[in-house]
Amino acid sequence: MSSCSQIRVPRWFSLFVFLAFVAAFPTVSPNAYILNIAGFVGIYILLCTGLNILIGYAGQISLGHAAFWGLGAYISGVLTAKFGWSSVLALAASVIGTCVVALFVGLPTLRLKGHYLAMATLGVGVIIHVMFVQFSGLTGGPSGLVGVPSFSVGSITIGTALENFYFIWAWTAIGLMGALNLSQSRMGRALNAISSSDVAAECMGVNTYRYKVIIFVLSAAYAAVAGSLYVHYLNFAAPGTFGFMTSILLLTMVVVGGIGAFWGPVIGASILTILPEYLRAYEGLEELLYGMILVGVMMFLPKGLAPLFHNLRLRFSLTKQADEGG
Amino acid sequence: MREEAILTIEEVSKSYGGLMAVSNLSFEVPAGAIKAVIGPNGAGKSTLFNLITGLEPLQSGHIVFDGCHVDGFKPNRRAGLGLARTFQTPQIFENMTVLENVLIGRHLQGKAGLWDALLYTGRSRREDLAMRNHCLEVLEKVRLIDKAHDGAGDLACGQLKLLEMARALAMEPKIVLFDEFAAGLTWEETEHMMSIVRGIRDEGVTVLLVEHDMHLVMNLCDEIVVLNFGEKIGEGSPEEIQQDERIIEVYLGSEV
Repeated sequence: MSSCSQIRVPRWFSLFVFLAFVAAFPTVSPNAYILNIAGFVGIYILLCTGLNILIGYAGQISLGHAAFWGLGAYISGVLTAKFGWSSVLALAASVIGTCVVALFVGLPTLRLKGHYLAMATLGVGVIIHVMFVQFSGLTGGPSGLVGVPSFSVGSITIGTALENFYFIWAWTAIGLMGALNLSQSRMGRALNAISSSDVAAECMGVNTYRYKVIIFVLSAAYAAVAGSLYVHYLNFAAPGTFGFMTSILLLTMVVVGGIGAFWGPVIGASILTILPEYLRAYEGLEELLYGMILVGVMMFLPKGLAPLFHNLRLRFSLTKQADEGG
Repeated sequence: MREEAILTIEEVSKSYGGLMAVSNLSFEVPAGAIKAVIGPNGAGKSTLFNLITGLEPLQSGHIVFDGCHVDGFKPNRRAGLGLARTFQTPQIFENMTVLENVLIGRHLQGKAGLWDALLYTGRSRREDLAMRNHCLEVLEKVRLIDKAHDGAGDLACGQLKLLEMARALAMEPKIVLFDEFAAGLTWEETEHMMSIVRGIRDEGVTVLLVEHDMHLVMNLCDEIVVLNFGEKIGEGSPEEIQQDERIIEVYLGSEV
């Protein structure tokens, strides 16, 4: 087979088509409210893509991902609101700061496996959340951090919903491209191997511990960017946003979309960000629905929704091949 | 003239609680040889392999591989020195294709890191292409090439064993440890495996294997070590082993 020797073209095509649709979205949605939601969808996709790299690609569970999101938001928010930093520098600082914290958290906890890792990350998430509440001098405590300026580069301020939409989605696009490249690289394969058989990967020369730490830090970097985008978009941050329940929500998004599938976080985050908007009227129904969706997916679609889309694509490409091959 | 040893086991011991899995064991594997470790179930053969590859820590003794004391080394570092292994129960990366599995065996020949991965750099592409070509050659050699793009989880038992072997070969190791590669295989598959193992040896790679199939061991191996309850009870050529009264008594008796 000649196709064996050539590098498979990455699934960039579908990603570019998707991003083209996203870029065209504001033209069909002049409504700022819808655009606003679409911006949040971008942030959640970025968050979930980072989490999926850790959980799906490398097979390491984290129950504290929201804390890294919060850390990114608070570092960026506090530096701009309280210390007058430029938002560009604050974004860089929030990524570096969050990565350093993730490194210190990851070094000891990633020696643990399975449930122990889940428990450790849960604990760290709760601790960081408590810090947001307790360091009220800096963070504004339980009532939240106010007066965070919008993101600005030089004299250009990203203020309107439309500007924010494109700004957020530019980052989301970068994040998605990075994840796509990663999934098809030497490192991505090694991570996949770790998630399947740690022992065999190790015996074939993969430094499993080092890779787990790298990927843990990378997923935190995704969260930090998402945090910084979030806080400058909303001009506000409250500790409740970054609590344990959010970590679970992010996990639910990844699971519903399809753990380890590239499109998983996109699908999961979109559904679970848009759905609650329709349920605003029914207070308390959200949690119930999340639970039902999670149980339903685990029972009937353990690989999430992404494979359904993949199957469609596969069927399409098979018929195309058959047509061409004759 | 005896070849120099590539792997030396020196007074190695390992116990679980009160049970001595490997007890004060010493032997050498000469470079370029095919050597077998045999013994009844529970004799400590798999533990020995785990000790050699570094999956479990030694309690006492030393392991010298290719002139290097590897006692404190983690498995990935030993792999880097040229130590490859297969597993009794195949440890296949089921979420990947056959080719991708073999590519993991090629992991150490690559250098692309996180940035190469995220940015899909030219280095990463060139490296990947070279790796793929090499892995396809390996798959050709073990006759698994038609399955290259199939999911590894869909393979039959014999093919899984071949895949494990291909992964080990892709590492271009100095020594390969085979843990019961013939278990559960048909006669033809076993013959095919044996010819691959001979081919590996002819290319200068040392082979250490654990096996229950005495026909295979006696035909394939240059030297044999016999274990019983973690202790060495005999060592020598297949002919010597077959004539050793004590070994026949504890192990071979029923089979030869």
